[in-house]
Amino acid sequence: MARLLLRRLALCVVLIVLVPSITFFFEAITPGNVASLLLGTNATRQEVQQLSARLGLDQPLYEQYWHWLARLFTGNLGTAYLNGEPVTAVIGQRLPVTLSVLGGSLILASILGVGLGVASATRGRVIARTVDVGSIIGIAAPSFWIAIGLVLLFAVTLRVLPATGYVTFNASPLQWLRSLILPWIALGLGLMTFIAKQTRDQMLAVLNRDFIRTLRANGVSQRSIIFRHALRNAGIPVVTMIGLSFVGALSGSVFVEQVFVLPGLGSELVLAATTHDLPVIEGISLVFTIMVVVVSLAADLMYAALDPRVRSVR
Amino acid sequence: MTAAATGPPPAEIRGASWRAFARSFRRHWLGMTAAAFLLLVLMACLAAPIIAPYPPDAEDLSSVLSGPSLHHLLGTDQLGEDVLSRLLYGGVISIEGIGEALGVAVVLGVPSGLLSAYRGRALDAVLGRVADLGLAIPAIVILLMVFALPVGGETAAMMALGFIYAPSIYRIVRGAALPLREAEYVTNARMVGVSTPRILWRHILPGVAGPLAVNLTLTAGVTLTVQTGLNYLGLGVSPPTPSWGGMIGDAQSVLDQQPWLLVPTGLTVALTILSFALLGDAIRDSLAEAWSLETRRARAGRAAGKVTEPQAVHAAGPGALLSLRGISVSDRTGRPLTTDVSFEVKAGEAVGVVGESGCGKTLTALAVVGLLPPGTRLAGGQCWFDGERRLSPGQGKRTPGIGYVAQDPAVSLDPCFTVGSAIAEVVRAHSHLRRSAARSHALELMASVRIAAPAEVARLYPHQLSGGLAQRVQIAMALASEPRLLVADEPTTALDVTIQAEVLDLLRALRAERKMALLLITHDWGVVAGTCDRAVVMYAGQVVEEGTVTQLIRDPLHPYTRALLRANPQRRVPGGKLLAIPGTVPVPGSWVPGCRFAPRCSLAADDCRAGDVTLTGLADGRATRCVHYAELIAEASR
Repeated sequence: MARLLLRRLALCVVLIVLVPSITFFFEAITPGNVASLLLGTNATRQEVQQLSARLGLDQPLYEQYWHWLARLFTGNLGTAYLNGEPVTAVIGQRLPVTLSVLGGSLILASILGVGLGVASATRGRVIARTVDVGSIIGIAAPSFWIAIGLVLLFAVTLRVLPATGYVTFNASPLQWLRSLILPWIALGLGLMTFIAKQTRDQMLAVLNRDFIRTLRANGVSQRSIIFRHALRNAGIPVVTMIGLSFVGALSGSVFVEQVFVLPGLGSELVLAATTHDLPVIEGISLVFTIMVVVVSLAADLMYAALDPRVRSVR
Repeated sequence: MTAAATGPPPAEIRGASWRAFARSFRRHWLGMTAAAFLLLVLMACLAAPIIAPYPPDAEDLSSVLSGPSLHHLLGTDQLGEDVLSRLLYGGVISIEGIGEALGVAVVLGVPSGLLSAYRGRALDAVLGRVADLGLAIPAIVILLMVFALPVGGETAAMMALGFIYAPSIYRIVRGAALPLREAEYVTNARMVGVSTPRILWRHILPGVAGPLAVNLTLTAGVTLTVQTGLNYLGLGVSPPTPSWGGMIGDAQSVLDQQPWLLVPTGLTVALTILSFALLGDAIRDSLAEAWSLETRRARAGRAAGKVTEPQAVHAAGPGALLSLRGISVSDRTGRPLTTDVSFEVKAGEAVGVVGESGCGKTLTALAVVGLLPPGTRLAGGQCWFDGERRLSPGQGKRTPGIGYVAQDPAVSLDPCFTVGSAIAEVVRAHSHLRRSAARSHALELMASVRIAAPAEVARLYPHQLSGGLAQRVQIAMALASEPRLLVADEPTTALDVTIQAEVLDLLRALRAERKMALLLITHDWGVVAGTCDRAVVMYAGQVVEEGTVTQLIRDPLHPYTRALLRANPQRRVPGGKLLAIPGTVPVPGSWVPGCRFAPRCSLAADDCRAGDVTLTGLADGRATRCVHYAELIAEASR
């Protein structure tokens, strides 16, 4: 178990360094100069050189990388090209928004998805059909499309929830909740149906296993078989899949933040991409990678907590 | 978003022939519709320059945001551009994007997956690690990064998406190719010196094609989702050029003036993505069906014989604890699996059920417990236990008073619970003991099945137990309900020989201590002789002979019993040769009319095939289903 975790941790460290490095090298190997790109076509040669020097782009690549890496480890993510703000400050401002969006929809989707999955595995056809259709819609309809539909229905037509904008929790918990309900639904719907389908499939597989028959044959109640034994065993792969689907949810959050104009990391990332603000992209990609790594580690720990066989692997 | 593409394909979608696949695919109307729709969209978009009514950027400021009309079938946007035309031209960008992403993914993922599976070892390990890393990178970050770069654009982003897919394509190809490496035709090709690239191309790639096609179809849908999303964000395709994502973005900005604008593009995108998903599912299902169709055809060689309902039925004697009367089990299609199984077990008695695999022994045991497996049902007959009629198979309702021990202890205990809590749970299901009391009763039960250190073993998980120990735990679990009858299905088959003897010893002792009856399913005459009072011999879903163990072993009155005894290494007839029975047990449904053993019997004559043979009751409680049993008696007395 300890070795397993160590291996996972090593993978995490590699990832955390690798992903921002990809940005760095992409930037370095592409022809053309970022400085000229930033200044536009009307810039003089001198202006471009000045900016290059200021950004450190005139130094040799390995030196740039070394400085960049050293800076990264001291927690200095540089300053945004666009407005000269420190990237850490930009992230610090926007992280709570993204965490609220992601966390809320992930929790809602997991709870409802697992519940729906268990119900559809044990309660017959109507729920099972609904989950089937729902999971297909979840795949087919892009999250931003669902988001726009939700805005149309709840904000434009019914006028019960705000269409856009974000209120911090500290300012008003109720308004915070109201501003997040639609984003949660938009992001969580697809995730929920995915989790429901996985849970159902796994439950059905477990319920066919021999030990379930032995338990039944020796008089263990149906309730205990479903909730204690089948759910526990089915939960092992489902937890892994929830962990994997987080990567997709992260992508989804970028679109959802854009539709609902939430000032989170995703909308900042889109802004940075359209304005070629590389330090910001590097910084946000680092944060996203850390999130993915933390979630997959958490999934591993859950996995180990659920499955005694993993725990005893040395 | 990428979740749909990452799941591994089921193992069975390999090696199906193209024709069987096509036949099966034609029955999936949803998949067919999806394929037709995708083809239609593809053709329409490629033909956009010919069929589109307007150029994509023809502004008409006099009719802005008009709904559907004769001039503009799908209406116009805020610049008065024709929505239908833009939809058609925009589709080309989507098609290109999907092509680029899948192309890169295939070029990177397929060869590496094939090589990794075929070569294995170091290459496999290295590629596996790289793929692990790749799978964990958030796609959106890489994509937005590409757009931020000086040369980044639509094409670069779609190719980057291909890079991101490559690890999952690699995984799928590797997984599908791995079992093929050891396939006979591949090893043969290797031995005659076919080169590695040729083996990969000619012999392994076709076997991988199915899972790959499924995954690429699903991935195409995901690509369209991502691409539409990026264009919606305003990345990649700049305004005058139409793109589906951009059009959704345009529609959103005038949502309160003309909500209709969201419909044509949104619906097209959703239906296209949906079609990819449905097509992928249909291909997967068709492959699986084609595969199982072929194996089934290969297996069922002979035509099914006519099966009629036999007549002879046991009358319940007094003192019978368990009485089966004419139990017939069939599968969902009505094909009989066992017919007219009747026998009794008296209180405290040990009865063995003997026969080869596939004779219906386990099914009979499960019918007794009241838990027929899914896909089977009770077609006729009654089960009486302790003077009451029982049996509701398939309902998941067990018969109380009966304990059950399954064949393989390794898969018969829940891997997630400690031994102690598993036993305690069964204790609590049958009593009103509190948690701690149930716990200590569990320890007592464990001691009673001769587990040396119950307290320590109670804390272990099933995977930490040896086979013998796990079987004792299973027995302790079965005893927790204080059963009057213990049904044990091949309780020693999965164990080492020395452990077998210990477990049988234990069963004998428990039976005596608890005055408990025992129904023991086995194929081993040694087990029957050492443990049982009486035995029932089953063949092809029927009881063919019944009697005390001594009677059966000394002078069997059915040729099948005799043949089984001769084939048994431990208990062969003294002086007789160890003989395998020619032929195999017929598959249910392919039973011949008349005596089902006739095709394999040395005594078989025309009268054996004339009609159904009934179970004939003889003196001293014996019964046989042989027409010629008198000859066997004569032979024995000679």
